[in-house]
Amino acid sequence: MSEIWRYLETNADDVLTALVQHIWLALIPVAIAFVLALPLGALVHRYVPARHIALTAGSVIYTVPSLALLLLLPGLLGTSVLDPINVVIALTLYSLALLVRTTADGLDAVDTTVLQAATAMGYRPVRRWFTVQLPLAMPVVLTGLRVATVANVSMVSIAALIGIGGLGQLFTRGFQLGFYLPPIIIGLVLSVTLAVIADVLIVAIQRGLTPWARAGAR
Amino acid sequence: MSLDYLLDAANWSLTSPDGFPQRILEHLGYTVLALAIAAVIAFPIGLLIGHTGRGALIAINLGNAGRALPTLGVLMLALGLVGIGLVPVTIALVVLAIPPILATTYAGIQSVADATVDAARGVGMTEAQIAWRVEVPIALPIIIGGLRNASLQVVSTATIAAYVGLGGLGRYLFDGLATLQYDQVVAGAIVIAVLAVAIDLALAGAQRLLVSPGVDGRGAGNRPSTVRPEPQPEPAG
Repeated sequence: MSEIWRYLETNADDVLTALVQHIWLALIPVAIAFVLALPLGALVHRYVPARHIALTAGSVIYTVPSLALLLLLPGLLGTSVLDPINVVIALTLYSLALLVRTTADGLDAVDTTVLQAATAMGYRPVRRWFTVQLPLAMPVVLTGLRVATVANVSMVSIAALIGIGGLGQLFTRGFQLGFYLPPIIIGLVLSVTLAVIADVLIVAIQRGLTPWARAGAR
Repeated sequence: MSLDYLLDAANWSLTSPDGFPQRILEHLGYTVLALAIAAVIAFPIGLLIGHTGRGALIAINLGNAGRALPTLGVLMLALGLVGIGLVPVTIALVVLAIPPILATTYAGIQSVADATVDAARGVGMTEAQIAWRVEVPIALPIIIGGLRNASLQVVSTATIAAYVGLGGLGRYLFDGLATLQYDQVVAGAIVIAVLAVAIDLALAGAQRLLVSPGVDGRGAGNRPSTVRPEPQPEPAG
């Protein structure tokens, strides 16, 4: 235990840098995927052929291992193997595959009578989409966002195997020092803590965005 | 991208210790071992929790915590604790595979309609019979879905075995990276992806064989009431 504190004291800067890099590398892809998933999910919700294409593309992306994808992207994009952009693109693809699906599921789950009522009250399609349909779909969409976020936080570590930053570097450091446990344990604790904090934050956002869920709770 | 390494016949020699056939077998070995151990641990627990409804909250939270664990970190921790070899790699992959199997087994068993379970009890089946002959067959599509998720993650993550000196398809990734032979990296990545798809298809085939036609809607009666959506996949490790 004291060894862990000593390691933290002497390497505070390194650990902090790794943590900050980890946060960026994990959360930027989720944010990009979330923004892209809303229109794509709406498209998939609306057009049946788009649904087949999106679901097939999603399952194909999932079968490509992350480490393999990280190493293939530079060849496809012409980027350097060490460029963090590869990590961002790879994780965006995984997150997108999940979020398009959950967004469409969420929109599917909205009661059509509610939408008809909104139309009858004079809501135009765009306003109806943003003020009625999307808010009602949010619980399902945000559940997908939670899964994608937690998965990303744990997946970024893999990037350390090919020399990109993040908490995974603490694991490879421990490995290089002959399985020296302090950096490994610090990396594990920080990574899990980060995932839990991100998860709790999204739950809080969900509670804020869906006040009717609490009002109706029995 | 160069496919030279992948298409070089010398690399497909059956006898070469560094050829694709040998590496694929090693990779499959790590994967199947880890999946089998994870299933032996997670399936009975999921069955028990789903059947009795007790301990669900603990299981779900443990499962979620397990998902947040970076496998690379678990591997390094296991290596530090038990030393180098197959054991720490297997531990890391088992930890990775347990949450999806446990969660879907529990969810599948729990989703069996109460009326169906009551009917089984009503015709005099014992609790064990209800679990094995009613709940498991009906939940099987969901349970196998969880196994498919787990297998995708394990196949892709088994590459890290090569990072700590074992074999498997990860060898091509790390060796190619170390020697800057990019065509070797490309070959490894493609073979791993193809292997992942092949295993997923094999399990999908097993699902078709094992799941009763009455459950997945292929039966003559075609009652859709028992057909349930497959669980959502999760990103590969």
